[in-house]
Amino acid sequence: MKQTIGFKLNGKKVTVAINGDESLLTVLREYLDNTGTKYSCGLGQCGACTVILNNQTAQSCITYVDTFENAEIITIEGLANNNELHPIQKAFVAHDALQCGFCTSGMIMNAYGLLLKNPNPSREEIISGMEGNLCRCGSYNNIVDAIESASEKMFKKI
Amino acid sequence: MEAEKINQLYFSDVNQPIRYDRRKFLKQLGRGIIVIFSLSELSLLQGWSQPTNARNEEIDFNAYLRVKEDGRVDCYTGKIEMGQGIITSLAQALAEELEVSIDMVDMVMGDTKLCPYDAGTWGSLTTRFADPVIRAAAAEAREILIEIASEKLSEPIGNLEAVNGSVFVKGNASKKIDYAALTKGKKIVRSLTKKPEIKKAKDFKIVGKSVISTDAVAKVTGRAKYSADIKLYGMAHASIVRPGIFGSKKIAVDASALKNFNGAQLIEDGDLVAVIHSESEVAAKAAQSIKITWEAPESKANTETIFKYFEDTITQSTVFEEGGDLEVGKQNSEKIVQADYHDGYKAHAAIETHCATCYFENDKLTIWASTQTPFGTQKELADTFKMPLEDVHVKQIFLGGGFGGKIYNLQAVEAAKIAKISGKPVQLVWTRREEFMYDRFRPAALLKIRSGVDSDGKLNLWEFDIYCAGTRGTKLFYNAPNNLTRFFNKNDVHPFGTGAWRAPGNNTTTFARESHIDATAHAIGQDPLEFRLKNLKDENMIATLKLAADTFGYHTPKKEGHGYGIALGEDAGTLVAIISEVRVDKSTGEVHPVKIVCAQDMGQVVNPHGATVQTEGGVTMGLGYALYEEIEFDGGMLKTRSFNNYPFTTFSKTPKITCVFMDKMDAAPQGGGEPAIICVGGSIANAVFDACGARVNRMPITPQRVLAAMPL
Repeated sequence: MKQTIGFKLNGKKVTVAINGDESLLTVLREYLDNTGTKYSCGLGQCGACTVILNNQTAQSCITYVDTFENAEIITIEGLANNNELHPIQKAFVAHDALQCGFCTSGMIMNAYGLLLKNPNPSREEIISGMEGNLCRCGSYNNIVDAIESASEKMFKKI
Repeated sequence: MEAEKINQLYFSDVNQPIRYDRRKFLKQLGRGIIVIFSLSELSLLQGWSQPTNARNEEIDFNAYLRVKEDGRVDCYTGKIEMGQGIITSLAQALAEELEVSIDMVDMVMGDTKLCPYDAGTWGSLTTRFADPVIRAAAAEAREILIEIASEKLSEPIGNLEAVNGSVFVKGNASKKIDYAALTKGKKIVRSLTKKPEIKKAKDFKIVGKSVISTDAVAKVTGRAKYSADIKLYGMAHASIVRPGIFGSKKIAVDASALKNFNGAQLIEDGDLVAVIHSESEVAAKAAQSIKITWEAPESKANTETIFKYFEDTITQSTVFEEGGDLEVGKQNSEKIVQADYHDGYKAHAAIETHCATCYFENDKLTIWASTQTPFGTQKELADTFKMPLEDVHVKQIFLGGGFGGKIYNLQAVEAAKIAKISGKPVQLVWTRREEFMYDRFRPAALLKIRSGVDSDGKLNLWEFDIYCAGTRGTKLFYNAPNNLTRFFNKNDVHPFGTGAWRAPGNNTTTFARESHIDATAHAIGQDPLEFRLKNLKDENMIATLKLAADTFGYHTPKKEGHGYGIALGEDAGTLVAIISEVRVDKSTGEVHPVKIVCAQDMGQVVNPHGATVQTEGGVTMGLGYALYEEIEFDGGMLKTRSFNNYPFTTFSKTPKITCVFMDKMDAAPQGGGEPAIICVGGSIANAVFDACGARVNRMPITPQRVLAAMPL
C-alpha cells in the first residue's frame, strides 16, 4: 500500500507516494527526478548521496521515512540562487575541486553542512569534517582549498 | 575495439594510435564548414597519427569539427570524459588553431552516431593522438575560412589573418568578417590535401595556459548527466540475482516468492536471472527473494597462496628484452642482490558503479552506458544481438570515474538483454557489492629480480621475471649491460575477472624495480639518489630526477622517524620521478605520507592546471594501492564487498603534493592521465625503508607487514 508523505525540498513543499521502506536517495532520484544526488555504495560509507536534512548532513541512502517525513531537505539542486552559484559551488569551480564529478554533489553538500556548524573551520577541521566523503579521482587537496576559500568569503559576508 | 584486444595492448606500451575504422555519418551533419580526414589523409600527419592500410575501395572518413552557421564550433571525438579533463584540453587545442574563444567550442564526445570511430579512452592516448588530429582539423578549417574571406573581402589570402573568431585584413582592423558570416548558408566539406600549418609554441594563446574545466559548473550544480540519471518513459529497473562465488553455474531457480512483489517480472537468459519492476527498491527486494542453486568452481588459491600458485602454474615465459651475458654480469659483480616482490588484486572502485539505461525501438537499440569504449560497447552489443552495427546507438554521457574498469561493459550487455526480453526500457545500476565481484580487478603479480653491482657502484646485472603484470614501462632505463627481462602469463590463472587498472602492470613492475634499485644501492652503502644518477642512461630521465630532487629538497635533514624514498618510471611516453616523505610509527607500523613531489617530462603541456590536477589525482590514488588496497578472496569467493573492507586514500591520508613539469612546449604532448601513479608504490616503499629499516616487498604496505619486516 502506498502512503503519501510530505517534506520540504529546496524550499518547496512536496508530496510523494511511497511504499514506506525506500531510502531518501530513491525518493529524490527516482520519484522526484532530482538526480544530482548520487548512488555509490548504498551503505553510508562514501558520502556521495549526502544531503542536508533539518540543517544537518544526512546520507540519503540510509535515511528513511521516519526521519525525512516533514523534514526540510536541501540537495545540490537547491544550492544555487537562480543562476547565481552558492559560494561553495563557486569555490569548487575556481579551485577545479573535481574531476569525474560523481562525488562532487556529496562533497559540496557535506561542506555546506560543515560550514553551517562551523563557519570558520581550520584546515584540520575541514579535513576531519570531510573524512567520510570519498573521491577516487584524488581531488582532496583542491577540495580542502575550495572549502577554505568559500568559508573565508562566506564568513566575511556575515 | 573489443575489451580483450584492449587488454593485450594496454599491458604493453602503446606508442601508436589505434587504427580508425570506417564510419559514415556526414549526411547527419547540418550546414557549416566540416573538416574530415580519410584514412589515407591521416598519413599526412606523419608522426602524429598512424598510417593505415585501407581494406577496400570505399573512402573512409572521420569528421572532426564543424564551424556552424552561428560561428560556434562542434568538435567531434569518440573519446569520453571521465574526469581526466579532455573535454577542456581538446577544446583548448581546437580553439588555439581555429582562433576562437574556448567558450565557442561545443564538445560532442563518445556518441557513436555523431563521432568518429575511436578505440576507446584508455592508455593515456587522447592527448598524444587525438589532440594533434583535432589541431590539424582546426588549422585546416582556419585556412578554409581565410580562403572564403579572401573572396568576400577581395583581398589576397596573404593579407589576411584570423583572430578571435573573425578574419581581418592585416593592418586594417576595421576591415573584417566574422566566422558566422563566412559560414552562413554554406556546406563545405573539406578533407586534407596537405599537412596544415600548426602553430609554434611561441604563438600559443590558449595552449599552455591554465584553463578551469569547462564542465565544472554542470558538475557543481548536479546538472551533469551520468548513465543512471537518464529516465525513460515506462522504464523498468533491473536487479540481477548473483551467486556468492564468482564463476558459478546456475543449477535451479526457485522464484516462488516473487508473487509477493506486485508487478515484479522474472527475466531469465541462461545464467542471467533478473527481476524488473517500475521501482528500483522493489526490484532489488524481489531479486533477493529468488533462491538459486549454484554450482561453484573449486578454489585453487587465496589471498596468501596466489603467488606460489602463479609460480607453480605458469611455466611458459617470453623474453621481452635481453642484452650482454648474464654469466659475465655475475662475475663482474661485487654484490648480487636477489628478491621477490608481490602485489595483491586491486579494485577500480570508481565512485559511480557500472550502469546502463537503454531501450529498443523498431529493432534499434539506444543506450547510455558508463563506458570508456563507446564503439567497443556498440560492437559488443551488435554482436550479442546479431544486429547491424549502425542499429546500436551509444550516446554521449559523463562517466563517474573509469580508471580502466569501464573498458568492460558487462552491465551494458545485461541491461540490453533484459530490455530485449522484457520489451521495456530498462535501467540497470550495479550495486557496490556487484562492483566488488564483477569489476575486472588489477591482477595480483609476482616479480623476481636479481641485480649485480660492481665495487664502483655500477650495475652489471639485471634479471627481471614478471608474473601477470605485463611489460608496459619495463624497458630498462638503467644501464645494466647484462640483462634479461621475461614475462610469464597464462589465461585463466586468476580466480575472477582481471583487466586494465590505471597504467596497467606498470604500478606493480615499477614498485618492484624501484624497490630493488634502492635495495641494491643500500647493499653497497650508496645513497639511492647518487646510485640512480650514476646508473641512468637517459639524459631526460636524469633531468627529471634532478628536478624532483631539487623541488623536494632531498638533502634537507630528516626528522626522527621520517624517511625519503625515490622512484622513477616511464609510462605513455612520459618520464616520472617521485620523491616521497613518510613518517613511520615504529610501534604500530603505520605509515603516514607527509610530502610528495612528482616531476614529469611529459612533452608539451596543453593545460598546465589540468595536468597538475591529473598528476596530483594519480599520486593520491596511488597512495591507496601502495598502502591500503587489497582484495581478499578464496577462489571465486570475494571477501572484500564494500568500501568498509576496501579502504583507499581519504582526506586525512592525503599529504601535500607538488607537481612540476619539464618545460618542453615545442615537443609533442605525452600521456598525462596515468603516468604519475606508477611511481607511488616504489617511492613509498623506499621511504618506509629509509624511515625505519623495514623493506616491505609486498603491496599494500600494511602496518602488519611493516612490523614483520622491521629489523630487530
